Amino acid sequence: MLKNKGNMALKVVIYIVCIFLAILSIMPFWIMIMNATRSTTEIQQHAISLLPSGYTMNNLKILLGKSFNPAVGFGNSLIISLGATGLAVYFSSLTAYALVAYDWKLRQPFFSFIMAIMMIPAQVTMIGFYQMVYKIHMTNNLWMLILPAIASPSMVFFMRQYLQPALSMEIVQSARIDGAGEFLIFNKIVLPIMKPAIATQAIFSFVSSWNNLFTPLVLLTDQKKYTMPIMVSLLRGDIYKTEYGSVYLGLTLTVLPLIVVYLVLSKYIIAGVALGSVKG
Amino acid sequence: MKKKKLGYAKYGYIFSIPFVIAFLLFSLYPIVYTALIGFTDLKGLGMTSFHFLTDDPFRNFKTVLTNPSFIKALKNTVIIWLFNFVPQILLALLLTAWFTDKRSTVKGQGLFKVLFYMPNIITAATIAILFNSLFGYPMGPVNDILMKLGFTDSPINLLINKTVAKGVVIFIQTWMWYGYTMVILISGVLGVSPEIFEAAEVDGANRVQTFFYVTLPNIKTILLFTLVTSLIGGLNMFDIPKLFLLGGPDNATLTTSVFIYNQAFSGSYMYNRAAAASMIMFVIIAILSAIMFQILKDKDEEKLRRQIRQQQKSYKIKQKELKKAQALSRESQETFQAATVEEEKGEEDV
Repeated sequence: MLKNKGNMALKVVIYIVCIFLAILSIMPFWIMIMNATRSTTEIQQHAISLLPSGYTMNNLKILLGKSFNPAVGFGNSLIISLGATGLAVYFSSLTAYALVAYDWKLRQPFFSFIMAIMMIPAQVTMIGFYQMVYKIHMTNNLWMLILPAIASPSMVFFMRQYLQPALSMEIVQSARIDGAGEFLIFNKIVLPIMKPAIATQAIFSFVSSWNNLFTPLVLLTDQKKYTMPIMVSLLRGDIYKTEYGSVYLGLTLTVLPLIVVYLVLSKYIIAGVALGSVKG
Repeated sequence: MKKKKLGYAKYGYIFSIPFVIAFLLFSLYPIVYTALIGFTDLKGLGMTSFHFLTDDPFRNFKTVLTNPSFIKALKNTVIIWLFNFVPQILLALLLTAWFTDKRSTVKGQGLFKVLFYMPNIITAATIAILFNSLFGYPMGPVNDILMKLGFTDSPINLLINKTVAKGVVIFIQTWMWYGYTMVILISGVLGVSPEIFEAAEVDGANRVQTFFYVTLPNIKTILLFTLVTSLIGGLNMFDIPKLFLLGGPDNATLTTSVFIYNQAFSGSYMYNRAAAASMIMFVIIAILSAIMFQILKDKDEEKLRRQIRQQQKSYKIKQKELKKAQALSRESQETFQAATVEEEKGEEDV
């Protein structure tokens, strides 16, 4: 009886904490979305409203009348994220296959090397990278944000860990007997085997590329090449200082697609986070 | 057969070529280049030519290390990381303990996980500016709440206070990352064999005991992994401090990454100093991750060594037993032989 009472109390505490945290996760975004529909005067009088108002179009007019251009940011971010994710996923799988399927002299040293460089953050190499890109006049070229994804050490590591137990060399052997070339075997047989790993890694690669601020901020100076995070950073500027409604609307435009995609894919995303950690 | 294997081995090299080329071009070359620039006089917008500092090669490093802004940035980075990591890991551990408790399940767990993880997926740049708006002065949502609850009669410009500003950055970081850490820790606990928990329950361990004596020791590796990745991520913190208050007020939220960016890409474009600061950060990160991996590796090796020793021990014991048994059987055989010989003798006698 006593134990039951203790259990009940604990349960109540658990739910209170969890509900509080859940509200904390939703609240900032809810206020943001509601304020996106309200006029600056309304926000100045009462900055919090749980219900929408009718000034969305007005806010949008002011927002788009200045330098913020969500369509351009969206397009550029999409090009970069899709390109970088495609390259990262394909070439990481290829490198992982080289590490698992073939018996070559440098295989073990190469794998140790990949583990060693996994932790190098992009930030500490940025000055040299910027100077190099500037010298070849490619600072506003989106390829400079896409191509580096070919070498994604942590993804190679993950793909290798996945492929190691999943790949049966007998299938590869029989394909060889049927006369298939090594490259064809990789594309037609190995890639389909890796589909689950590719799906999770693709999601994370896409999200991190989409959210990346540092590298684009350093390289891109042309407004037409701006990515979504740089567009967002414009809302911080003086031109929107008093346009509260428009700032909230601008933020909402960048967040809503992400929230929708997240809620649709949340099951896979959370499973993917869990899967990724097993490597540690 | 062996020849054929060698023939295939070359594909190992061929398929690694794209990775290696991209790494050399986009990672190794920039690192070496950054290191070199640290020893030069390269500064000024759009400059690419430079001279090595011959009189005092380490001048940039000395300037950076004695620069009060850099020291402050380094301190801020460590403080912000530490004060966000501790509550983050504690909260994550608490939620992990609740969500993985088999004796009483939390309903709606799936939904809670989705919501707790959500801030992590949203663009950090957006979150920084959103919080800047939420703390807006004179009229922002936070001030609105404070006035409605009667904490204050007139709006306060909260973010000009250095402690509050740093505190909000710490809060944002914790808020963005505790869900991620929780998901990782939960997967770690689920990876532990359930028999261990059952055994603990049979032995009469209560929830708290189970958590501290069974769960925690079993997810040590994952905790360490979380610590390393969080530390390295924390040392590179950029988006939130850069866009939330632009490093202010009075450098209270300036981190090393923001310092490096500001040195190189604003003001007098001092690429050389920024490069020197980058290399200092690179060395710190390299040392930290090396230490952590050593700890992880040693643990693994120790385990292996212990296993081997145990096997050897049991092998030796087995050998001893075997010898004993052999000796015994030899003895018995001898006595048996002796007996038969005697018997035979006896038979012969007859």
